[in-house]
Amino acid sequence: MASPKSRRSGFSKKQQYSVFTGYLLATLGALLGLALLAVSLAYPSLMQPLRGGATTVVSPVGEVTAAVRTERQGLWATLTGFWRAGSQNARLREEIEESRVRLAEAEAIAAENKRLKALLGLYGGESRPIATTRLVASSPSSVRRFAYIGVGTTDGVEIGMPVHSERGVIGRVLETSLGSSRVLLLTDTESVLPVRRAADQTVAFAEGRGDGLLRIRLINLGLNPLEVGDVFVTSGAGGYYRPGVAVAVLSELTPDGGIAQLIAEPSGTNYVSVEPIYQPLAVQASGVRDRDELTQEELAN
Amino acid sequence: MIDRIDPPVRRRAYGGDKINRVPDPWRTNSVHYITIVLGSILPWFIIADVMPIAPPLGFMFFLGWRLMRPGLMPLWAGVPLGAFDDLFSGQPFGSAIFLWSLTMIALEVIETRFPWRGFWLDWFTAGLGIALYIVACMFISGATISLSLFAMIAPQILFSILLYPIVARLIARADAFRLSRARRIG
Repeated sequence: MASPKSRRSGFSKKQQYSVFTGYLLATLGALLGLALLAVSLAYPSLMQPLRGGATTVVSPVGEVTAAVRTERQGLWATLTGFWRAGSQNARLREEIEESRVRLAEAEAIAAENKRLKALLGLYGGESRPIATTRLVASSPSSVRRFAYIGVGTTDGVEIGMPVHSERGVIGRVLETSLGSSRVLLLTDTESVLPVRRAADQTVAFAEGRGDGLLRIRLINLGLNPLEVGDVFVTSGAGGYYRPGVAVAVLSELTPDGGIAQLIAEPSGTNYVSVEPIYQPLAVQASGVRDRDELTQEELAN
Repeated sequence: MIDRIDPPVRRRAYGGDKINRVPDPWRTNSVHYITIVLGSILPWFIIADVMPIAPPLGFMFFLGWRLMRPGLMPLWAGVPLGAFDDLFSGQPFGSAIFLWSLTMIALEVIETRFPWRGFWLDWFTAGLGIALYIVACMFISGATISLSLFAMIAPQILFSILLYPIVARLIARADAFRLSRARRIG
């Protein structure tokens, strides 16, 4: 379609001025956007109240879509289940026998753990989740990987709290507002999580790659001890996540570690729980700035 | 005398036989903004944990309205609409304000070069705009840029470009609704 006649300025001074003003405002708008962009890249939390307010208003709709999503997945699982019902049944029976034995063993180990912890005088209480909710939304058209949950500061959610599903770690709370919070998923490129191999004490960092996989980077370099199929759990370092929660399975080896796949996929979860920060003191201590630290003279006093 | 079964197509599209009707001014001035705002919110409800899968629907509606109805939105419309998109897109605040304003200016310049355009040229312009927009969004998203990110956005770009004709159809429907003669006079 050609532009309408009214937009061609011709000799009319008034028209010419209004066209010029339009260009001027659009250019100013672009400059304003550029300035806001620079500010929010430098201080990401500056626009948080505005964004949080908007997501709080819209997130109830997300509860509905989340419920529909779960229903649909259940339906699909039921349909596909019909195909391999017989063979699957036999295999599951075998598996359940085996896991009963493992469960009994695990109970014994748990009891022993409790006894040893009591011996050492360690506090070994299981932490209760702050809130249980659904993932209501995400950032599907951006390369950043954020998810949104329908609980906020009114439910006691604070920045930094880990978010778990029934299978393992999903991410941690990045921003909170009254009725919704933004979660940084493990697959985001800016997410780093201290992990260890479940079988032994090989420690590593799990970094998001932005494409759904995690990059496992060993802290102690040398011979790469990892093997494909190794399971990684949180190590508890850094103080955010409690140790021993499943994170990822190694699928590929690289010289400094490997590439791992998530165990808890956010799109496949039903409910997620927001857990308290594992060691708030450690997190606080890591946030102490250099100029806030006590000087040698103050320590001497 | 035999009556005509159907009223002529043009009259039917804009409200039938009723001659005492005019387009509703509220509708005429709001439908395009509402569709763009809805386009910004809708993809938000998709859970994408692996890669960017949804097209930037808000931007596509914005671009589509601009291409199909030049002059309907003021040149600075990218500022408020972009600000709203930034609240939900997960991009740093200001990225859509900046890029949508640039889009408006760029299209204005293109339009002075090609005043008469058809659907194919529109699709080409929109496809180019969408591809550039998604790549620019990646660079200013604050993510660590790596080769795997480029591999991630390639399917999203392709999907968005292929989706444009459908978006254009939706906009055409919304436009017919916008201009339908809904207000009774006299």
